[in-house]
Amino acid sequence: MRDHPLKTEETVSSPLEAVQRIATEIAGPAADAVDREARFPVEAIDALKKARMMSALVPRELGGFGCGMIELAAMCEALGQHCASAAMVFAMHHIQVASVLRHAMGQPYYRDYVTELTRGQLLVASATSEVGIGGEMRASKCAVAPGAGGRFTLDKDCTTISYGAQADDILFQARRNADSPPNDQIFVLVRKKDFTLTQKGAWDTLGMRGTCSPPFLLQSTGEDGQIFATPFADVASETQVPFSHVLWSNVWLGIAVGAVRRARAFVRQQARAKPGTVPPSALRLAEVASMLQSMRTNVHDVASECETLMKDDVQGTKALSSIAFALKMNNLKVSSSQMVAQIVHQALQICGIMGYKNDSKFAVGRHLRDALSAALMVGNDRIYATNASMLLVLKDD
Amino acid sequence: MKDQIRAILKEHARLAVDVDALADDGDLYQAGMTSHASVNVMLALEGAFDVEFPDRMLRRGVFESVAAIRDALTELTKDR
Repeated sequence: MRDHPLKTEETVSSPLEAVQRIATEIAGPAADAVDREARFPVEAIDALKKARMMSALVPRELGGFGCGMIELAAMCEALGQHCASAAMVFAMHHIQVASVLRHAMGQPYYRDYVTELTRGQLLVASATSEVGIGGEMRASKCAVAPGAGGRFTLDKDCTTISYGAQADDILFQARRNADSPPNDQIFVLVRKKDFTLTQKGAWDTLGMRGTCSPPFLLQSTGEDGQIFATPFADVASETQVPFSHVLWSNVWLGIAVGAVRRARAFVRQQARAKPGTVPPSALRLAEVASMLQSMRTNVHDVASECETLMKDDVQGTKALSSIAFALKMNNLKVSSSQMVAQIVHQALQICGIMGYKNDSKFAVGRHLRDALSAALMVGNDRIYATNASMLLVLKDD
Repeated sequence: MKDQIRAILKEHARLAVDVDALADDGDLYQAGMTSHASVNVMLALEGAFDVEFPDRMLRRGVFESVAAIRDALTELTKDR
C-alpha cells in the first residue's frame, strides 16, 4: 500500500507540481544545449503541452486547470530556476492566453478558439514590437485593411517575434484603420494557416537564446470576428502589462534562485572541506540571501495584489486602469530586473572561478547572461521616463 | 467650463483631429491622446481650475472625453 496514492510515477498532485517536475527533469537537463545552440526548448515545451499546461489558465469547465495568476507565476519561477528560455516562452504564451480569456470571451470566435487551444495545446506568440516604433506597445504603424467577405489583411514589420517560427498563432496590436492615429489600436489573433513569416535577421544574443526571437515580416489575413471588440488600450492596462510584469519578474526570480542555489552548494562544499571555520564566501551568501528575500517578497506581493484586483470586476477593473497601479507595475519591473542581475552577479562572486567556468557544476554564466536581458526587454529607461511623467500628477493620497 | 477644457485639450492633448470636431462624448484616446499627453492635460486642468485630482480619479476613464473631464471637475468644485 502506498502512503500517497496520488504521487505515483505517472501522476502528480497539482498542476504546479507537474511543472516543477518538468522543470527539474526535462527543462534543466536541456538548458545548456538550448543556450549553446540558441535553439527552441522543444523538450520542455512538448512536455508542458503533454501535461496540458498551455491551457493552465483556462477555466475548468472549458477543459483547463483554472489556475490564477499566482499559481502561474509560481510555474514561471519553477521553470526559470532551470531554463530561463523555456520559462520565458511559457510566460509569454500565458500573457496572450490571459488577454483572450479576460477580454474576448464575449465573442463567438474566441469561445471556439479557447476550446481549440485547450484541445490542441496551441502555442501563442505575440508580435508586439514594430520597425519604426520599437518597444513602445501603445503605438502602431501597421493598420487593419478591410477586405472582401468580412475579412481583413494586416501586415506588420516586427523587430522581434519570440518563438515566431514555433508558434501556432500570433496575437498583436495594430491601428484600427489606415486613418487612425498611432495609439488608436485594436488587438487581433491571426492563425498559422492565415499568416506567413519572413525572417529578416538572426537571433544570436548574449542570453535568452532559446526564446528564438529574430525580426520577422508578418503578413496575415483573418475574419473580422478575430478583432477584439475591447480596445487594445484596455487590454494593455488590465492584462498585458500586469501579466507581463508579474510573469517576467517570476521568471527572473527563478533565474536568481537558480544562481543562488549554486552559490549555496559551493559554500557548503567549502564548509565541509574545513569544518570549524566559516568560509569567507559565506558572508557574501548571507548578503545575497537577504537580497533574494527582498526580491521574492516584492514579486509575490505585487502578484497577490494583481490577482485580487483581477477578480473584482468593478472596483478592480477601475484600479487596474489607474496611474497608481501602472506605477506599481512599472516599479516591479524595474526593481526585479535590476535585482536579478545584482543577485546573479553576487552568486558569481561567491562561486569565483568555479562559477565562471562553463563546464563547472557551479557555473552561473548562463544565469548572468539571461539575467542581463531583464533590464532591456521594455527598457528600464523608457519605464523610468513614463514613471517620471506619472509622478507629476500622482499624490499618493 | 467646457470651452476652457477644450482650450486646454487643444494646447496639450496633441490630438490627431481638431478638438472642435469632437463631440463632448467623443473618445479622446481614440482621437490620438497618448498617456503622456494625458498627464499634461491633467496638469493644465489642475492649474487652470485650481484643483488637485485625487489618485482615485487618475485613471483612463476619467479623462476619456470632454464630458467626462467636466464631470470630474464639477465633482471637485461643487462645494465652492
